[in-house]
Amino acid sequence: MALTKYNFNSFDVTPVASRGLAFDADADGFTTATPGAMTLIKTNTLSSAATSISFVNGTSDVVLDGTYNTYLFKFINIHPENDDVFFEFNGSDDTSSHSYDITKTTTLFAAEHNEGDSVAQLAYSAGDDLAQATGYQRLFNGVGNDNDGSCVGELFLFSPANTTFVKHFIARIPGHRHSSAAHDSYVAGYFNTTAAITALDFKMSGGDIDAGTIKMYGLAK
Amino acid sequence: MALSKVNFNSINATPTASKFVTFNSDADGLAAGDVGGALTLISTQTASSSSSLSFTSEIDSTYKEYVFKIINVHPSAGTSATFQVGFRDGSTAFDASKTSTNFEAYHSESDDTAFQYLGDDDQANATGYQILALQSGSSADDSLSGYLHLFEPASTTFVKHFMFRGNGVHVAVQKDQYCAGYCNTTSAIDGVDFKFSSGNIDSGVIKMYGVS
Repeated sequence: MALTKYNFNSFDVTPVASRGLAFDADADGFTTATPGAMTLIKTNTLSSAATSISFVNGTSDVVLDGTYNTYLFKFINIHPENDDVFFEFNGSDDTSSHSYDITKTTTLFAAEHNEGDSVAQLAYSAGDDLAQATGYQRLFNGVGNDNDGSCVGELFLFSPANTTFVKHFIARIPGHRHSSAAHDSYVAGYFNTTAAITALDFKMSGGDIDAGTIKMYGLAK
Repeated sequence: MALSKVNFNSINATPTASKFVTFNSDADGLAAGDVGGALTLISTQTASSSSSLSFTSEIDSTYKEYVFKIINVHPSAGTSATFQVGFRDGSTAFDASKTSTNFEAYHSESDDTAFQYLGDDDQANATGYQILALQSGSSADDSLSGYLHLFEPASTTFVKHFMFRGNGVHVAVQKDQYCAGYCNTTSAIDGVDFKFSSGNIDSGVIKMYGVS
């Protein structure tokens, strides 16, 4: 059977580079339209407890390279196995057999208010930052493992493939603290390396991540 | 040579305004859909001397995260009006119990500054509307803009987290305000209502997006 293939210029619209073919506003013709600038790359939803959730360039559909200048990670109801643990992350510059040990300098401050109304504060958390250290960076201090307890939020990673500059990240992680408190955590810092960051790893400081979803997006250049 | 152009109704897909021509989920046909966009506009509400702006449909399990963009909301009342949000958890009232934090950085036009926790604007397991921002209507050009994220509102396992950041003007003071917390319920949140503590929302736009 002969096939008729429609080419780019077969459609009744003026082609525009890097745009998509869309129905027009009245749905009675074609137009060109700009695709969304925020692309979902990978969703990692735990079906059972796991020691960590990793996003490795070139693995399981993950793209973490120069395709995008900004990557965004969304955390949906991250729930720990153990009570009062840190939700934390690290990066890797390896191209295989990834170890997560990039040197970082960071800040962390948080607001907190408990259900009993006896704690209401905004403070820098000197114990939760890093100064040229290779350990995991805390994102949330003291996640509770009550059945309905969890933390959420987002983390931006900028230009991970850049080999000239250090690699910056900023995060905001609100959540339910083990002490029955609302806790709003702000983290920023940089991987102090000019090597490309090729993977990120998220975990709890003790025990597993019992449940949760982490989504990874690329923001168009 | 005569050219044969394919028209919109020559494609084996139901035309839908402002959608793309995509392969379907099995990649064995065509459909109208979104391409490369993880942020989907669900609803836009525009205030016109409105007592509140409510979003009472399409907040469900379709998305794990909803984002509300608040654009130039302007109150009818004077300087005492605060901008607030309420969450609905099964009844008709926006009274889900909340525990929350609230802080601000401010800088006045006369060069006063502060960075402080707002103890009067947080909640400890209270059902009242949550103050998002102190807001002034004293000048015609005063307004507030910002965003509110609501995470997994349809979950019946976890509390429902939200986080807000907004920038506004309050009596010639620029205020960068941060609020976060959780609705302390395992019931689904199915409605969100924005209003000022007194008077109307004279003007402004709030848009609701779903994050794929």
